[in-house]
Amino acid sequence: MKEISIDLPLKIANRALLQTGDKVLLSGILYTARDAAHKRMVEYLQSGKDIPFELKNAAIFYAGPTPARPGTICGVIGPTTSVRMDKYTPAILKAGAKVLIGKGERSSEVIDAIQQNQAVYLVAVGGAAALLSKCVLSSEAIAWQDLGTEAIHKLVVKDFPCYVSVL
Amino acid sequence: MRNLDIPFVKAKVKAELALLGTHIDPKVEQAIKQALITETSDIAKDILSTLLENYAISRNENLPICQDTGTVVFIIEIGEGLCITGGSLTDSINDAVREVWQEQYFRASIVKDPLFDRTNTQNNTPAIIHTELVKGDKLTIKIALKGGGAENMSALKMLKPSDGKEGIKNFILDTIIKAGGNPCPPIMVGIGIGGNFETCALLAKKALLRDFGTPNPDKQWAGFESELLQTINETGIGPQGMGGKTTALAVQVETAPCHIASLPVAINLNCHAHRHTIVTF
Repeated sequence: MKEISIDLPLKIANRALLQTGDKVLLSGILYTARDAAHKRMVEYLQSGKDIPFELKNAAIFYAGPTPARPGTICGVIGPTTSVRMDKYTPAILKAGAKVLIGKGERSSEVIDAIQQNQAVYLVAVGGAAALLSKCVLSSEAIAWQDLGTEAIHKLVVKDFPCYVSVL
Repeated sequence: MRNLDIPFVKAKVKAELALLGTHIDPKVEQAIKQALITETSDIAKDILSTLLENYAISRNENLPICQDTGTVVFIIEIGEGLCITGGSLTDSINDAVREVWQEQYFRASIVKDPLFDRTNTQNNTPAIIHTELVKGDKLTIKIALKGGGAENMSALKMLKPSDGKEGIKNFILDTIIKAGGNPCPPIMVGIGIGGNFETCALLAKKALLRDFGTPNPDKQWAGFESELLQTINETGIGPQGMGGKTTALAVQVETAPCHIASLPVAINLNCHAHRHTIVTF
């Protein structure tokens, strides 16, 4: 199992170095979005409304954190099951997202879309949320706070560990 | 009749809920340590090590093991000789959840309508509460923090009696293979066999919440549990579905009499965190 440090946004040259099963330590910006935010993002894309962050080259983390204890940067945070976002993923990839982080398998349609769009799907460990939260340098709910834990959070992470699942 | 006062019950339930989110069951932690020794794949070992490191961080810093602090499920056995005083049991259970979720910064994960209005209830209620009357004068409360991931991979099927043991095994295996990495393996598997449509599902949940690693008291069913555990681990799904020898840590079966035409089978999965406890009053 190779271990590679990657700075986001993902460059094509770095993507070319990756193989399935590799361990990746990600540093840079992740945007959290899960079920409700994905539904809304695709509705916005379809109706021509602006998404509240730049999707082109973005890294999307399927996650909804616990509230932050006072004096901490963020709550605990880990991946949610990716297959629930499969319906929306081809559109998100078409709009330019390059890195998807979640857990579990993807549909064949999503696998095709990931490959066609030169993106990558990474699996983070589920149920290791306290550990993963230590990789978060800053966290801010930047949009759709009405969705509570499902709001879009902009996370700056350092050495966030995950494994290459689909390339 | 023995009296039992609600405020006393509520205080104890609150204390247990706070611990459940942050302190892994020592038996589960030991099983993961054992799995780390027997695993041979690098990625599987790396994942199991990560889980152990996370359990330690959570315990030491009072942080939730997983961000999905779950739906709270209560299975309550009320002794017929008990007199509950000082309030409503179900109201105080929901109050306990509401208060702990706020005090411990756990995540609000319940929406008020499943289809037409998925607005978050903001306080992780309502809890799911099953109550049963039993003989005696004790109150026993089984509590589980049930995340969405593993619960979503659960299934129930009304098999035919002629499907037999092979039919049951095939249904269980198909369900687990289809689930893959989604329920956060290594999983716990609770199986209900018999009863009817709704009691079979509850049997599966009770099987899941039986003390971790205890075999079914009946020799034939205990043998079936071992057989299933071996077959499930032969699938090679592994930790997080990334491949390996450890897909399930335990298979527990509960059974009940059923109709002459029926063979109901339910499978309820739990993730590695397996957050569950039993409190007796």
